[in-house]
Amino acid sequence: MSDSYSEAAAAGPEHGGSVSHVVPMKVLIAVWAALLVLTILTVAAIKVDLGSLNLWIAMAIATLKASLVVLYFMHMRYDRPFNAIVFVTALLFVMLFVSIAMLDSKAYEPELVPGYAPGMPK
Amino acid sequence: MSAEHHDAHLAHHFDTPIQQLESGKLGMWIFLSTEILLFGGLFCAYAVYRSNHPEIFVYAHRFLDTRLGAINTVILIGSSFTMAWAVRCAQLGKQKALVVLLGVTILCACGFLGIKAVEYEHKWKDGLLWGKRYKAKTEHGAHAPAAKAKGLLPPTAKVNPEVKSLIPLPAEAPHGLAAPGHAARAEHAAMEAPKNVQTFFSIYFLMTGLHGIHVIAGMVVLSWMLLRAIRGEFGPAYYTPVDLAGLYWHVVDLIWIYLFPLLYLIH
Amino acid sequence: MEATSFEAVTPLPPSENALGRDNYLSRTHGLRSWLFTLDHKRIAIMYLVSILASFFLGGVSALLIRTELLGPHKTIMDAKTYNQMFTLHGAVMIFLFIIPGIPAALGNFVLPMMLGAKDVAFPRLNLASYYLWVIGALFAVLSIVLGGVDTGWTFYTPYSTTTNSNVVLLTFGAFILGFSSIFTGMNFIVSIHKLRPKGMTWFKMPLFLWGLYGTAILQVIATPVLAITLLLLIMERALGVGIFDPALGGDPVLYQHFFWFYSHPAVYIMILPAMGIISEVVSVFSRKHIFGYRMIALSSIAIAILSFLVWGHHMFVSGQSNLAGLIFSFLTFMVAIPSAIKVFNWLATMYKGSIWLATPMIYVLSFLVLFGIGGLTGLFLGALAVNVHLHDTYFVVAHFHYVMFGGTMIGFLAGLHYWWPKMFGRMYNERMAQITAILVFIGFNTTFFVQFVAGSKGMPRRSFNYLPEFRIYNQISTIGSYLLGLAFVMMAVYLVRSLISGKPAPANPWGSATLEWQTASPPPTENFAHSPEAGDPYDVEAWTWDEKIGGYVKSGGTVTSGATVPTVGTAGA
Repeated sequence: MSDSYSEAAAAGPEHGGSVSHVVPMKVLIAVWAALLVLTILTVAAIKVDLGSLNLWIAMAIATLKASLVVLYFMHMRYDRPFNAIVFVTALLFVMLFVSIAMLDSKAYEPELVPGYAPGMPK
Repeated sequence: MSAEHHDAHLAHHFDTPIQQLESGKLGMWIFLSTEILLFGGLFCAYAVYRSNHPEIFVYAHRFLDTRLGAINTVILIGSSFTMAWAVRCAQLGKQKALVVLLGVTILCACGFLGIKAVEYEHKWKDGLLWGKRYKAKTEHGAHAPAAKAKGLLPPTAKVNPEVKSLIPLPAEAPHGLAAPGHAARAEHAAMEAPKNVQTFFSIYFLMTGLHGIHVIAGMVVLSWMLLRAIRGEFGPAYYTPVDLAGLYWHVVDLIWIYLFPLLYLIH
Repeated sequence: MEATSFEAVTPLPPSENALGRDNYLSRTHGLRSWLFTLDHKRIAIMYLVSILASFFLGGVSALLIRTELLGPHKTIMDAKTYNQMFTLHGAVMIFLFIIPGIPAALGNFVLPMMLGAKDVAFPRLNLASYYLWVIGALFAVLSIVLGGVDTGWTFYTPYSTTTNSNVVLLTFGAFILGFSSIFTGMNFIVSIHKLRPKGMTWFKMPLFLWGLYGTAILQVIATPVLAITLLLLIMERALGVGIFDPALGGDPVLYQHFFWFYSHPAVYIMILPAMGIISEVVSVFSRKHIFGYRMIALSSIAIAILSFLVWGHHMFVSGQSNLAGLIFSFLTFMVAIPSAIKVFNWLATMYKGSIWLATPMIYVLSFLVLFGIGGLTGLFLGALAVNVHLHDTYFVVAHFHYVMFGGTMIGFLAGLHYWWPKMFGRMYNERMAQITAILVFIGFNTTFFVQFVAGSKGMPRRSFNYLPEFRIYNQISTIGSYLLGLAFVMMAVYLVRSLISGKPAPANPWGSATLEWQTASPPPTENFAHSPEAGDPYDVEAWTWDEKIGGYVKSGGTVTSGATVPTVGTAGA
């Protein structure tokens, strides 16, 4: 989080007065192709029975795809690092939320007594 | 103030166009983060129910058509590509290409929603709906003829699961030796409907529905961009709105990238 | 930032009063010039009027609740009306008043000026945020007019999905208010990042900005989760999705996780900006540089982050697992550390200062006492075993009123009195204001301190009836609430009189060193005739009382005005 002045000055006008990086066409096409290949891969991977690993493989491929989109299509690789920090922070908080809610429900679910609480089916 | 910068797009409280563009981008990234957290709630519900009741998800996901889901994934990835390309054209001042690419992106969005509508229609006909509206006719063997004609037989106890997946039928173990726990429950699910199948469809409709609303919002924003692009408002000196609309559109794609394996590809 | 000059405006010497001349209030006229304004100051004033109207609504319902509780059984309302009344009080005070109160009203006015900027980063979004607030408020009011809601402001399932009151309308209102809050937060983060003037590094920012920055982080990260929670609740009622309905395989405890993931950080959305105000005011009225600047600044961020890790302490008796209870109880104690760091630094700032007991400072002292009590009783409630005894009793009610009213509301009043001369260019009757401030303190303690006693003896909250042995506590409490009501009537009187016939205020009536005081009162639409140079925001000793102007001017260094009389002014006007 540096001073906004030096930031603006350091970026400087390039590409006809703009700050943003123009992503080369080759990169865009390569990313697109990679995303398609990964989509095929994720559909194929689910057909192989690997037990609980299947979920993690699917999530890993999805994360790889998402990273490609964020880094190249959304210019994060060429952008201010702070924008990346903002985005990653949001992801971390989602993980915090999901993991604690899961941890807690995993712990109390087995203790639920069917029909004990009103509205709870027997 | 703005006169000295020769820039009609510069708001009075900014000193330079760079400062303005960067502020806009930071604002957009913050907004996208709030979108992620908004969906985060649904991902949380998904994770809690799936981790506690995997059998529901294993059983119910087969009512979704993986092929249509995959086609939609390809369409959205394609639209993301054309969107990124459109931003490039705006940066380089390629007016015609910008208009065409924005148009293609919107068409992709229409295609996505069209396929989604087809999927929703099947669910509607089969009564595979959320919560209290869940009335699966298929469970009693009465498949909707329309679904049968299109080869979209929902696998139930009476249908060979191999029609939709390569999972082998579970070997029948002596009941006394069957291991308790999730694995057994999951296998059991292949045979007959577990309790609370409607939970899956609640989550399915909430997630895809909220995503669909974002697709529609994206189409509105992109149409507005298209209109402004046709008027020739964008060029190398000023393309911030296209850039920001693009960022939003990519997040819509991003969420689908996760929804597809989580909802359609369950093992 | 290059210095830009405004040819249209004749620059005023910064120590002057601009009433009757060009200022943001007089620049344009007519209703349209207000309704479509993009000026952060006018938006702030619109917010201020709106949230004070909400405060009035919430306050009246509070007095009605207290009147009902004068005796056991029905006094003035039946159980159903009582349930609607406390829901109204809670929802209005929280969603319409406290959450937007300091950031959107005072923060909107002050933040760009503290930055020496002309406006917030996204003025249109700022106006949109105000109108979202109005729409959300209309939905909330509509839900009341159409028969009220009886769930309490927390909308716990499964009651909220089964009651036949207007839950959907009120939750939809809160949903929209959430977006208003998100937009304010976005605006503040970007403004602080991108609009800081030359020379204002992160650790030279006024502490109010640090408070607002921490708040904005919370608004942006937590509020979307509230949005999805309320959306799910609406879907639950409208379509029966069953995510939180045990009869359909749903999990009501999950609702509480969802709700408190937002609503616990929301508590800090309320308190952090108030702490920022206290940091400003305590330095100015002790005529001393703030003590431990860096620690106060960083503790704001620490509180912001820690606040996300403690939501489960609202759920100790909800059926949450013992494991989660243990973790959350432990983490809850951690929040005390940054809060205490702040309190000790404020006390150290006052130490050996020349304390000037003007109205804002009286509120600071009230804050320190009341927030101290509120914070410490929070530790009792954070302890697992004690919580089981105290859960859902008046002890909890007293605790959060000490933090919300004694913390946030008192901070808001300190800020309102502190910035009032800047906002409207007029002083209020200082003696009246001091008396009122003391009356607020007395009335507040009379109302809520006895509730700790009643609560620890087991009086449950949210009930219109109680056992006869609690009668005395309730009667004392109700008398206190009338005192509080009287204090606010007095406040309304002297503030309105100030608007009409108050003494014209100088640019810098308190001798503050932050940038918003270095322009005329009330400021021009562009805030500053010349972009100000940022210095140390707590160099208050450099500002001295000038008899001729009737305000403070900077002595030595850059002289901003004509003659300066180097007398250290500790005596108030």
